[in-house]
Amino acid sequence: MLNNLWLIPIAPFVGFLINGFFGKRAGKTFVTAVAWLGSFAAAALGTLAAFEYAGQYHHGERHLNVIYNWFSSGNIGADIAFQLDPLSIVMLMVVTWVGFLIHVYSAGYMAHEEGYWRYFAYLNLFLAAMLILILGSSYLFMFVGWEGVGLCSYLLIGFYYDRDFAAAAGKKAFIVNRIGDFGFLIAMFLMFAYLGSVDFAQVSQRAMGSGIDGGLITAICLFLFLGAAGKSAQIPLYVWLPDAMAGPTPVSALIHAATMVTAGVYMVARTNVLYRLSPTAMAVVATVGALTALFAATIGVRQNDIKKVLAYSTVSQLGFMFIGVGVGAFSAGVFHLVTHAFFKACLFLGAGSVIHAMSGEQDIRKMGGLWKKIPITAWTFLIATIAIAGFPPFAGFFSKDEILASAFSTPYFPGLGKLIYVLGTIAALFTAFYMFRLFYLTFFGKFRGTHEQEHHLHESPATMTIPLIVLAALSAIGGLIGIPHVFGHNWLAEWLHPIIPPLPGVHDLHIPANVEWAVMIVSTLVAAIGLFAAMRLYRDRGVAADEAFERRSPGLARTLENKYYVDEIYGRTVVTPLEVGSRFLWKVVDSVIDGIAAMLGFFVRGFGDLLRFFQTGNVRNYALMFFIGVVVFMWVLR
Amino acid sequence: MPILSTVLWLPIVAALVLGFFPRQAAGAIKGFGFAASLITFLLSLGIVSGFKEGVAGYQLVELAPWIPQWGISYSLGVDGISLWLVMLTTLLTPVVLLSSWNAIHKYPKEYVISFLVMEAAMIGVFLATDLVLFYIFFELTLIPMYLVIGVWGGKNRIYAAIKFFIFTVTGSLLMLLGIIYIGFQYMHATGRPSFAIADLYGVGVTPYAQTLLFFAFSLAFAIKVPLFPLHTWLPDAHVEAPTGGSIILAGVTLKMGTYGFLRLVLPYFPDASIEYAPLFIALSVIGIVYGALVAWVQPDMKKLVAYSSVSHLGFCVLGIFAMNQASIEGSILQMVNHGLSTGALFLLVGVLYERRHTRMLADYGGIAHTMPLYTTFFVIAMLSSVGLPGLNGFVGEFLILSGSFQTAPIATTIASTGVILAAIYLLWLVQRVFFGPITLEENRKIPEIAWNEVAALVPLIILMVWIGVHPNTFLRKMSPSVKQLLAVVKSEDRGKVMFANARPGANSTHAEKGGAR
Repeated sequence: MLNNLWLIPIAPFVGFLINGFFGKRAGKTFVTAVAWLGSFAAAALGTLAAFEYAGQYHHGERHLNVIYNWFSSGNIGADIAFQLDPLSIVMLMVVTWVGFLIHVYSAGYMAHEEGYWRYFAYLNLFLAAMLILILGSSYLFMFVGWEGVGLCSYLLIGFYYDRDFAAAAGKKAFIVNRIGDFGFLIAMFLMFAYLGSVDFAQVSQRAMGSGIDGGLITAICLFLFLGAAGKSAQIPLYVWLPDAMAGPTPVSALIHAATMVTAGVYMVARTNVLYRLSPTAMAVVATVGALTALFAATIGVRQNDIKKVLAYSTVSQLGFMFIGVGVGAFSAGVFHLVTHAFFKACLFLGAGSVIHAMSGEQDIRKMGGLWKKIPITAWTFLIATIAIAGFPPFAGFFSKDEILASAFSTPYFPGLGKLIYVLGTIAALFTAFYMFRLFYLTFFGKFRGTHEQEHHLHESPATMTIPLIVLAALSAIGGLIGIPHVFGHNWLAEWLHPIIPPLPGVHDLHIPANVEWAVMIVSTLVAAIGLFAAMRLYRDRGVAADEAFERRSPGLARTLENKYYVDEIYGRTVVTPLEVGSRFLWKVVDSVIDGIAAMLGFFVRGFGDLLRFFQTGNVRNYALMFFIGVVVFMWVLR
Repeated sequence: MPILSTVLWLPIVAALVLGFFPRQAAGAIKGFGFAASLITFLLSLGIVSGFKEGVAGYQLVELAPWIPQWGISYSLGVDGISLWLVMLTTLLTPVVLLSSWNAIHKYPKEYVISFLVMEAAMIGVFLATDLVLFYIFFELTLIPMYLVIGVWGGKNRIYAAIKFFIFTVTGSLLMLLGIIYIGFQYMHATGRPSFAIADLYGVGVTPYAQTLLFFAFSLAFAIKVPLFPLHTWLPDAHVEAPTGGSIILAGVTLKMGTYGFLRLVLPYFPDASIEYAPLFIALSVIGIVYGALVAWVQPDMKKLVAYSSVSHLGFCVLGIFAMNQASIEGSILQMVNHGLSTGALFLLVGVLYERRHTRMLADYGGIAHTMPLYTTFFVIAMLSSVGLPGLNGFVGEFLILSGSFQTAPIATTIASTGVILAAIYLLWLVQRVFFGPITLEENRKIPEIAWNEVAALVPLIILMVWIGVHPNTFLRKMSPSVKQLLAVVKSEDRGKVMFANARPGANSTHAEKGGAR
């Protein structure tokens, strides 16, 4: 398996081809079987490869599997090559197994959709691209997957393409991501120009070498981070992710929560050598992460669409991951990526189950009292909510805590680190609050929807509830792979240790035991405060608390509801001026050029008169002219 | 069999034969024209198989004296720079004739003849290794294109055709003077006349003359490309041209401009090229951004694609004047890519126009519902054009940009925003035409894309994937020629290098000539 790593992404790709070509005419069973098989094969083959790797390599070396030279020209070139190392194995396990669960779930959720085959074809294609992203051995090949997942995201957000909003959201996602990709491209140009390669290992190796300018490393890191900010929805490029909720809910779970959006975190962790060489770049990453975490969390407090709350929550949680990798706690960032994949996938799928039960309703103001009606969904949702809010010993607690403790004790920028810790802790408070607000509004109080909806309330089929149960279990115990040192063995940190080689002159992060304890206690308290505040406000009284808040401070309420008007600001400051400017270029500049050309033409009027002779419209004349011309020309030359 | 001449003259012979077809036999005329162009394409595959990798100079050369007292010869050859452009031409002509099978009702005979003559002329441009022969073919392409626009075009066809003609002729007349001047200089220096392209590489001209000549040639080619600010003829020509005309115009004739820069301008005027490279890089970067922005606000689909060509060809010129191996190889590849992706886009726009007789974005919406297969093709062509990795456009753009970055980092960074802008205008087009609810009743029942149109598109899509997945097939063959070109442009004692490979008949090229037989 290790020398045929390409089989892993090919498996779902074949599923895509089969369903893409034949799915429309084939039955739903066929489509489902192909899609499940494609994603299951990827998971199984990936697991097999991971075990083989663990058997052969004991020190986290990279296993390289070159397929062929993609292109080479001058000093530019790259191989189609896959690699396996501890980091890609972690990603591989999360992506394939969570991916498979969501494939299973989708069969239930999408059962009545017209474009069933199209949905599963795209989903398989997504999985293939995501696997290229995490298994590629160079930035360039990774970029293939990077753009590929972007394409699938575009196609799946716009799945309901006959809705204007969905089509626009898909486009927005693609374009905003392209802004990030621009940064990714420039970073690769810099690598080729100054480091002579885009292979992960070689780039790291050469960046460590002497004579490499620090400014260059910072530039590469910052341009890469622009790419990461696009894909992973960070300030200022996060705006596409909330709109992306226009896609089917399982897509939000898979692409816009568990896998694709974490690609930026993966990329920074993958580039940890360069980042550690540039504390400036790290500070930027951590600061942007902290600001995004807090900013998005505050928006989440006043969203009423169940998916929108989760979307801003995802943006916020991704911010936490960037705090992690930004302060130098790369394994903590990846740890949170993993636990987030569990609990956020569970939450999104749970939201899907709620929406399913509510006959398509997404507004939590019209829900309430669902606890008894859809118990499996409610329980799993609760477990995932506890996990994200950060109560021990659920999954989110350990990972978020390691990030915050690392921020507090980072050696790269100790002062800024403390500030980031504070921002992160406040964001955690908001997180617990908005999540339990969501939970109570959805599952407690009186049912606020229509009679018809109430009549239709039902628990989802097994294809949907089984993935929920599995993910809830992982949300509960998944954190055990990375328990803090004060409790014992941080398995994940040790597993990932080899991908973070020691650098001369760079101090590595170490969390003192007392900081670890203090942070854990504060975090638990903060989560408890968030929970109790939400419980008091929303458990029994429903939306009354929100209405009261709106009366008390209408300005703030509206600002939060409208997401700080960021979309509007971008529209006025970027999109509209660009459009007006483009029209000016077309209507004015082009005309001026034509005018000048016409003036020049005036001087050669005689020539124009000659041409008028051609305009008879008679084809025979044209043909005649043509032959005469050629003959005359040849004769003259002779 | 002299393969190059066969490929070059077969379309002409077919055009002559077509002259004897009865006017009413439209089906037979189209069938014959298509068959001839298809056979030409199949024969041209022989050029690829006969082409040896690792050889820099002209291959498969054919040489016959034509006007010996002036040193003009009928000489053909193919190298890594021209090979894929020849193939692009022979591929696109049958594609055009197949896709327009049911689209042409007026003068089908003359239409097919025009395209066959045009094919031969374009092949001639890429194969000619004699400057005069090159020029004749270069000008010859104008006439059929002029007719195609002027006869089978839209409402404003006469205006567009004349604008097209005047713009391009203006440039090339200056070039003709330049060619004559260079020929005289060679005669003066060596005492024997020659117009062989490779002979003239070594001709010494004063720096002042070099600058003038550089601009004379560059003007001709810059208009053809078209390079900003000489691009305004292109949107009009495209909008008025019939679909087939647009495919060939964008697919091949524009590349005669970029090809001219590579084949003539850089090696003939290396000093001036290096001196004025910043100017051309600046213009191409402006063109990339400008073309993309203007494309975005077009209400007419065809104009949108036309302006996108200005942007895409800007990449090609940027790569040429960045003058390094990767950027130039990328540029050549991108010429082919643009031919495939924009050719496909024009073809697809034509398909829709054929059915609804409007190209206005505002007249569509929700077409994905009515024409799902058509939509799939369009989205693939769109993705190729925006440079999605895995398809052809990405490799070309990446090579151009990463290569150019090493010579002109700032300009390249600005040019790279074209990657964002391309997504903006093309995704806008797709969203507006294909997605959203169906608002107009007419759009509810549009016939799905027909078999001949699918058959014309499939080879283009296969090539998009091929180039995207395994571009080395194409890059390997062009690499030695590009390396040699750069050696000529950049070396101090330039001339000598090219002289070694000079006239096809000269001593040093026996080996390659042997290969031609």
